[in-house]
Amino acid sequence: MKTEATAVSANGRLDAIANAGRRAFVFLERTGRAGLFLLRVLQSIPAVLARPGLIVQQVFSVGVLTIVIVLVAGAFVGLVLGLQGYNVLVRFNSEASLGTFVGLTLVRELGPVVTALLFAGRAGSALTAELGLMKATEQFAGLEMMAVDPYKRVLAPRMLAGFISMPLLAAIFSAVGVLAGYFIGVGLLGVDAGAYWAQMQSAVDFDEDLMTGFWKSLAFGFAATWVALFEGYDAEPTAEGVGRATTRSVVSASLLVLGLNFVLTAFLLETDT
Amino acid sequence: MEVWVGLFVAAGFAALFMLAMKVSNMSTVSSGDGYEIFARFGNIGGLNVRSPVRASGVLVGRVSKINYDSRTFEAIVTLTIENQFNQFPTDTTASIFTAGLLGEQYVSLTPGAEDAVLKQGDTIMFSDSAMVLERIIGKIVTDKLSE
Repeated sequence: MKTEATAVSANGRLDAIANAGRRAFVFLERTGRAGLFLLRVLQSIPAVLARPGLIVQQVFSVGVLTIVIVLVAGAFVGLVLGLQGYNVLVRFNSEASLGTFVGLTLVRELGPVVTALLFAGRAGSALTAELGLMKATEQFAGLEMMAVDPYKRVLAPRMLAGFISMPLLAAIFSAVGVLAGYFIGVGLLGVDAGAYWAQMQSAVDFDEDLMTGFWKSLAFGFAATWVALFEGYDAEPTAEGVGRATTRSVVSASLLVLGLNFVLTAFLLETDT
Repeated sequence: MEVWVGLFVAAGFAALFMLAMKVSNMSTVSSGDGYEIFARFGNIGGLNVRSPVRASGVLVGRVSKINYDSRTFEAIVTLTIENQFNQFPTDTTASIFTAGLLGEQYVSLTPGAEDAVLKQGDTIMFSDSAMVLERIIGKIVTDKLSE
């Protein structure tokens, strides 16, 4: 009786270890598959460049349909930055630096990051669901049967579209945010309009700040689209599987963007004086 | 649909353009052509590359390089001055000042009275080093103590 109990508990412990090992193995396997998947998609991109119609179609569903949410979010983030910045700066009698605060925050960090999160939520989830459904209804197998490479026809155009759309969306987000900050600061709180623009211009550097944000948004577009495409293509071909893949796509893309943001900031930010 | 995509791309580029011209200092960066003059300082304080060079408070150029001369134990600062400001006399003084109490440091040029002007590769004869806050405080303290 006693020996049996110890055997069971030992078994339980072994099970836990085996489980953890299996999970780690599955994770590694998925990561490997995602890497190979990315390689094949990138290899297919040159073939797609000859058919711009496919890319335009995807830029529409990935980029154009995301504009409204980016516009609204950018405006609200800009409004909040204006209010918060003014509230702090007015204590030091330096509310004229509001432009610097709003401009730097948006161009360097919030523009690329928040846009990427919205992008993962709006465009990424749509991509995953679409591809997952295509897989569940065996459309990829159908394409292959007709000797059409799904990587060239379906995946590569979507990858390119995400890559093209993200920097443009991030730029729109930042621009709208700066204007919203102007509206709050200059229009409602009485900051001098000249000081708002002049201080912003003297503090925001083209190479160090604007280009940093641009590179970030490119990298985020790449990462978020990659995750969305892979999760969709790798989804379990059932209704439940597609749903799970969509959730996982948004969660992992968002986390990937935030983690990548830290790494890129550490690389791109010149901390030495 | 193509129209919408075109509109989207145009709006994206318009936003990028607006950020470049209106938000960043792209519009105030000179076209890059200018002439270089050198200035020697005993101490450059917090001056760094791309710090502004001003004359009467007007931006006339930027610091393009900072070197250390190990023979004279001085800093050699290369100033790139825009071509349109080519009338600085040879006895111009270069000083390092701080914008505001704790602001960024910049090189200020005070023109002299000579007729000849500084040209590419010339070295400024007179220079005032940066005021280091600790040194000033130390001086005040020792002055007070010796009274």
